[in-house]
Amino acid sequence: MTLELRNVTKRVGGETHIHETTLRLEPGEFNILLGPTNAGKTSLIKIMSGLERPTTGQIVVDGTDVTGLSPQKRNIALVHQFFVNYPHMNVFDNIASPLRVAGLPRDEIVRRVEEAADILQLRPMLKRRPDELSGGQQQRCALARAIVKESKAVFLDEPLANLDYKLREELRDQLPDLFAGRGSVVVYATSEPTEALLLGGRTALVHEGRITQFGPTAEIYRAPTDLTSAQVFSDPPINIAQVVKAKGEIRLSDTVAWQATRAAAGLADGSYTLAIRPGHVSPEKGGANAVRISGEIRITELSGSESVAHFRMGESIWISQTSGAHPYRVGEIRDFFIDTTHCFYFTPDGKLAA
Amino acid sequence: MRKRSIVPILYILFLLLPIYWLVAMSFKTTNEILGGFSLFPQVWTLENYRVIFTDPTWYWGYINSIAYVSLNTVISLVAALPAAYAFSRFSFLGDKHLFFWLLTNRMAPAAVFALPFFQLYSAVGLFDTYLAVALAHTLFNIPLAVWILEGFMSGVPRELDETAYVDGHSFPSFFLRIFLPTIKAGIGVTAFFLFMFSWVELLLAKTLTAVEAKPIAATMTKTASSAGYELGLLAAAGVLTIIPGAVVIYFVRNYIAKGFALGRV
Repeated sequence: MTLELRNVTKRVGGETHIHETTLRLEPGEFNILLGPTNAGKTSLIKIMSGLERPTTGQIVVDGTDVTGLSPQKRNIALVHQFFVNYPHMNVFDNIASPLRVAGLPRDEIVRRVEEAADILQLRPMLKRRPDELSGGQQQRCALARAIVKESKAVFLDEPLANLDYKLREELRDQLPDLFAGRGSVVVYATSEPTEALLLGGRTALVHEGRITQFGPTAEIYRAPTDLTSAQVFSDPPINIAQVVKAKGEIRLSDTVAWQATRAAAGLADGSYTLAIRPGHVSPEKGGANAVRISGEIRITELSGSESVAHFRMGESIWISQTSGAHPYRVGEIRDFFIDTTHCFYFTPDGKLAA
Repeated sequence: MRKRSIVPILYILFLLLPIYWLVAMSFKTTNEILGGFSLFPQVWTLENYRVIFTDPTWYWGYINSIAYVSLNTVISLVAALPAAYAFSRFSFLGDKHLFFWLLTNRMAPAAVFALPFFQLYSAVGLFDTYLAVALAHTLFNIPLAVWILEGFMSGVPRELDETAYVDGHSFPSFFLRIFLPTIKAGIGVTAFFLFMFSWVELLLAKTLTAVEAKPIAATMTKTASSAGYELGLLAAAGVLTIIPGAVVIYFVRNYIAKGFALGRV
């Protein structure tokens, strides 16, 4: 099914939770809502699923307005961040619950529940109650209840956020396959940019109740249309600095400047906001377009295969992220190199310039 | 024995002493009770209990009490469950004030309401029925039930409701098949407290009944005045009034702690 939001807004009390939003989700797509906590991801999911009514605007499914339709009548599935199962039922009855409500024949219910249980490796736990399961198993049970229904739209609200690292990876790999080929719209909310990249599909960036950018995940990662989108879709946070372009040169500070090349060459003279991902700030000089900056190391993080350094340059803190272990020492002054071919330039009002 | 266990042991001894005395008395003859001090019955007798179980004026007292107490528990739960759900899930104008106001109903002394209830029930023909006492006791039991149940319901995440709606459950189906089983511990604890408060309340129960629905406690006081001091008989009756409470406590013993932990009991 096609799910559309048309000029949807949501106000609660005096507060605007969702600013006017228009969005069109195609059948069979894996859609990701990416944004920080409180950005409005859950509000959007509640509006899309019919749990909450938008203040203005319409929800349109396959061309039909379903704005006032209750969630019971929409044939949708929803998985929450917290493992929500019916505590008094065993796993089999939990998964079977939506099918029983729909009034399916008994053998059909058994067949579909067992099929879903096999996919999510819940076969040996069918007779157990949710409180006898581990967190991962509880969430798999909730996911099984979502897929068994074969609904037209599946909403996953940070389903992996409360799982431990190992389980999260495992389930994340399974997720896109779970819903692939069913022709349903999948909406997946997450606050982790890395997770969005790993899942692929299409991503809508959500920031303070607005969708700032929507498109194929890899594409919007490579080409943010505005500063907010670039900031939302970067982990660790993207480096931001004020630069001035004049006489074919980009000037970052009194001592750091470089020749404007490629798209930047076409920029009009004036002030811009430069943004560069931490991955393109390296402690080693690489290529002709590398520009040297230096700063005092404040925080270092070493994660085995990756080194992250937070360093102070002038008034601002920069972050560098590189593969390999680098022996940073807190307090030392160190040179870093920014790859100017990967710089984004934004106009003062936040639109992408080059 | 360690020093610090002395105080609790003394405390429990003091608590149990009157109960022990009651039980011991119930197995003595009235003459022995009045005759002097004895820790144990000199002559064990079951005569007191035999009288209670064979004399209709006695055992009907128990039947009447259990009847209106059960009726009250059912009425209070049926009324309080939707109310508690509303307080727990919705916010509406004045909800917090209303919730507190419910609680203040418990502060009103029953004596204040005895006369208006008596007059009203006499007028509408409810006087001396189970329903009369059961309804009168809802005055303090419904607020109590709403208060306890709201605590348990607020402990259930809203996401459970949403999941059920998305799964296709209508509200009644969700409430009866998903929500109530989820909070059954809370319902058990609530039922226990409703039962106990209605069981021990004497003033309203006595005022609103005469013969047909006379509670056991009223029977006890009347016997004492008409036939002199039949202390053994009264003690046996007293022991029997403790038993229902003890039985109910046994069934909800695992949940009571949870109720206390919620700070609502």
